Amino acid sequence: MAGQVYYEDIQVGDPIPVLRKNCSTLQLVAWAGASGDFYQIHYDVEFARRTGLSNIIVHGALKNAFLGQLLHDWVSPEGRIEKFGCQYRGMDYPDQDIMCSGVITRKYVEGDRHLVELDVWTENPSGQKTSPGTARVSLPSRG
Amino acid sequence: MTESVVTEALRAQLGVDGPETVHEVTSTGCRMFARAVGHTDLVFYDRDAARHRGYRDILAPPGYLGTPVYLPRMAGAVRVGKDLDVPYPRVLNGGTTYEYVEPVCAGDVIVSHTRTTEFQERTGSIGPMLIVFRETTYRRQTDGAVVARMYGNTIHY
Repeated sequence: MAGQVYYEDIQVGDPIPVLRKNCSTLQLVAWAGASGDFYQIHYDVEFARRTGLSNIIVHGALKNAFLGQLLHDWVSPEGRIEKFGCQYRGMDYPDQDIMCSGVITRKYVEGDRHLVELDVWTENPSGQKTSPGTARVSLPSRG
Repeated sequence: MTESVVTEALRAQLGVDGPETVHEVTSTGCRMFARAVGHTDLVFYDRDAARHRGYRDILAPPGYLGTPVYLPRMAGAVRVGKDLDVPYPRVLNGGTTYEYVEPVCAGDVIVSHTRTTEFQERTGSIGPMLIVFRETTYRRQTDGAVVARMYGNTIHY
C-alpha cells in the first residue's frame, strides 16, 4: 500500500496499481470455509472432472473479493469502497496468476462526497478478462 | 426463441421478499474471510487498528456481510439459484455486486431478505437460458438501518 490517494490526484483514464493473485488449493479451501461455499468443483478434482471441467476452478466470489482487495488497498486508509462487483465470465485455475486491475472512468462531487467510478477486472494468463466489473469509491479531498 | 419458461408462478415471485436470514459478523469471521482473500490491512484483523481508523470494531472485509447462523436441523444450504422452479438443469452464478451504505463491523448482527427483481430469457452459445436477477437487502438488527445491498444474477440453462 502506497500513501493516501486524494481525489485531486487522479484523472479519468488513470490505471490503479495492479494486484497480482495466485491461488493455491489451500487458499481455495480456506475460502470455502470462510465464505460457506462448499461446492466441490472448487477443491475436489475428481468431482470437478465429473462435471466436465478440466480441473478445480477458483470461486467467482473469491475473484470478486480480490477486486475488493484491489480497491481497498488503493483507497486506504481514508477512502471507502461504496460499491463494487463483477460478472463471472470465465474460469480461473489454481497456481495461475490472476491479475486484478482497474481504470478510472469518472470522477465527480456529490454533496460532500468525492466519488470515483472505475472499471475493474481480473485477467487470466491468456489476457482474457474473466471477471469484468465496475466500482464506485469515495476518496478524501485535499480541499 | 423457444416458448417462455417464466410461468405465472415464477412471475408472482417478482418483488416479493423471501424469508429472512440472520448473519453474524464476528471478529473471527472477519479474520477468516480476510485471511482467505489475502488481505494485509490490519483493519480487518485487529480491533485497535480498526478503532484507530475510526471504525467501531474490526471492519468486515469487502464482500463479507457475516456468516449465516446455522442450526443442525436446518436443511443444507440451498445452492444459489436452486430455490426457483426453473425447467433448466444447470445453473451458473452470473455475477455479484455489493453496495455499502454504512461500514459493517465485527459485532454487528445483520438480517437479510432477498427478492427476485427480473427474469430475462435469451438464447446464447449454450442454448436457451433464463437469467434471474436478485437483490438482497442487509439491515442491522439493532436499529433496522440498511447497511448494504447485494445485486446478483444466476444463469439457468
